[in-house]
Amino acid sequence: MFARTAASAAVIVTLAAFDGAAAQTANQPPDTMAARVEACTPCHGNKGEGTSDVYFPRLAGKPAGYLYNQLLAFRSGRRKYPPMNYLLEFLPDPYLEAMAEYFASEHPPLPQPAPSEVSKDVLAQGELLATSGDAGRNIPACVSCHGPGLTGMQPGIPGLLGLRAPYISAQLGAWRYGTRTAKSPDCMQLVAGHLTEADVTAVAAWLATRPAPANPAPVPKGTYALPFGCGSQPN
Amino acid sequence: MGSKLSIAILTFAALTTVAQAQEKTGDKSSDIIARGEYLARAGDCTACHTAPEGRLFAGGRAMPTPFGTLYTSNITPDPETGIGKWSADDFYKTMHSGRYPDGGLIYPAMPFASYTKVTRADSDAIFAYLRSIPPVNQKNRPHDLRFPYDNRQLILGWRTLFFREGEFKPDPTKSAEWNRGAYLVEGLGHCGMCHSPINALGGTSQSDAFKGGLIPMQNWYAPSLTSNREAGLGDWSIKDITDLLQTGVSARGVVYGPMAEVVHNSLQYLSDEDTRAMAVYLKGISEPSPPPPASSALPTTESSLLISLGKTVYDKNCASCHGTQGEGKPPHWPPLANNQSIEMQSAVNPIRMVLNGGYPPGTKGNPMPYGMPPFAGLLSDNEVAAVVSYIRTAWGNRGTPVSAREANELRSAPLN
Repeated sequence: MFARTAASAAVIVTLAAFDGAAAQTANQPPDTMAARVEACTPCHGNKGEGTSDVYFPRLAGKPAGYLYNQLLAFRSGRRKYPPMNYLLEFLPDPYLEAMAEYFASEHPPLPQPAPSEVSKDVLAQGELLATSGDAGRNIPACVSCHGPGLTGMQPGIPGLLGLRAPYISAQLGAWRYGTRTAKSPDCMQLVAGHLTEADVTAVAAWLATRPAPANPAPVPKGTYALPFGCGSQPN
Repeated sequence: MGSKLSIAILTFAALTTVAQAQEKTGDKSSDIIARGEYLARAGDCTACHTAPEGRLFAGGRAMPTPFGTLYTSNITPDPETGIGKWSADDFYKTMHSGRYPDGGLIYPAMPFASYTKVTRADSDAIFAYLRSIPPVNQKNRPHDLRFPYDNRQLILGWRTLFFREGEFKPDPTKSAEWNRGAYLVEGLGHCGMCHSPINALGGTSQSDAFKGGLIPMQNWYAPSLTSNREAGLGDWSIKDITDLLQTGVSARGVVYGPMAEVVHNSLQYLSDEDTRAMAVYLKGISEPSPPPPASSALPTTESSLLISLGKTVYDKNCASCHGTQGEGKPPHWPPLANNQSIEMQSAVNPIRMVLNGGYPPGTKGNPMPYGMPPFAGLLSDNEVAAVVSYIRTAWGNRGTPVSAREANELRSAPLN
């Protein structure tokens, strides 16, 4: 009788312990990066695919090194956007690296390019600048750094696909005026400094019309040589 | 031969003694430096004296105040632009009396009203540590204060009203642990700089110590540490308090905003003993007070409309993390039911959390914190007011509803 009581007590205790363990897990957020980066998703989409707001960029599939550099720049305030500066201010480097890896490893489909609002002539000017540049004005082609498929290169050169014209235009503007800067030598600042307002409009419009290539992944490090020094991606 | 040998032995013995003595002082000074580094962290010196992307303790960080912008000073051991020519006496004088070695007055943005409580030995250790870091030649940037605050002589008046010089005196009726906590909270920790109400002159009266207040310029509310209706910790367990201080998250709540900086730069580095001592003291100074009956400045019809809309907004956007009953999944997703920071008279913090979201600080104890999404772009002023009114009054919470205007005003609050 006593033994039986003791035995059933043991069973009850064991069950209770199991229950406790289950409750513990059920009462905790999922131990995943997806749950940890939910603070990013109202602006950048659940998988970093972007949202309907044209000013918030797609993050998914960009090289992790590029994303990490941007997170560091936002954390230190070198790249200024107060909601981002605020969110990242007290997060350690390894965590920012993990966030960058997370969005780099996501590959939601690229959006359908939106119909362009600019004239065919302007689009043609954008295409010329993006694919051939303008040697006379010291403007390299976008493809010479961002890759023939505009998908970027590991570890630090971002792809330009899936971004909308207003975002690209705003970033080129920020570089021209020095409100967005990168590690020295700040190659984009040099390039953007040679662009006129009309160039910016044309390039941004053309880039936003590009359809997704068969393989949208950034090409491996060293696939091609950059035409000039770039602090974000030391050769 | 015999005497030569003995001389050699003597010399050897002498050399050994010198070497041993040097090793000993070496050990001792590295002990002091390590202790100084620990204490400098307890005082969170880096928060002000290191600029973003700047060199450690080289100063130059802008500190916006209601009186203009101050720029912090270079406290590296550079002889020209830093404190390289200072003596330990000079350093103690600055910490203790708020005056430069030449007698010049220091603006009270430097928390010398708290640091005056720091012991001479601790001041010397911090000084030894600062002397050991790399010197940085970087000139101090002049302050940019509006008239008449640019007149340093005004500080004399401020000092008469708000500054009492004197080292910390232990209270013999309390435990050693309580006294250690009091020393850290009132002294190096300078918690009162934010958690005491600041009047129009930028001062705090002793009787108002730790009674809470809106932090000027930042628009975050630093809750009272004495009232259990705010952040008073009287009914918190010691573990919950130490968890909050050391890791930034706890079963009762999570730190965001300016307190996230304090945990990130300072509190996470404190020893378990010191953290516990602070918890014991903080628990001890709370003054139990019965919760007040809920009362609202809003007309009842408006607040009941808000609250019914608030439940809809809550169930759609918040319940998946914070639970349908506001129970949360602590420590990472904090509870909203019976959470003092939700119910406080000032609704600034809950409104800002809904608008801006936020990450708790990444700490040794919680290196990959979970973030709260910002809802500023997704919710209208009405919806923000509604959901905050709902969480402040649901599940037995005894806060008051907030208006769409209050929500709107905080949309433009500075974020950092």
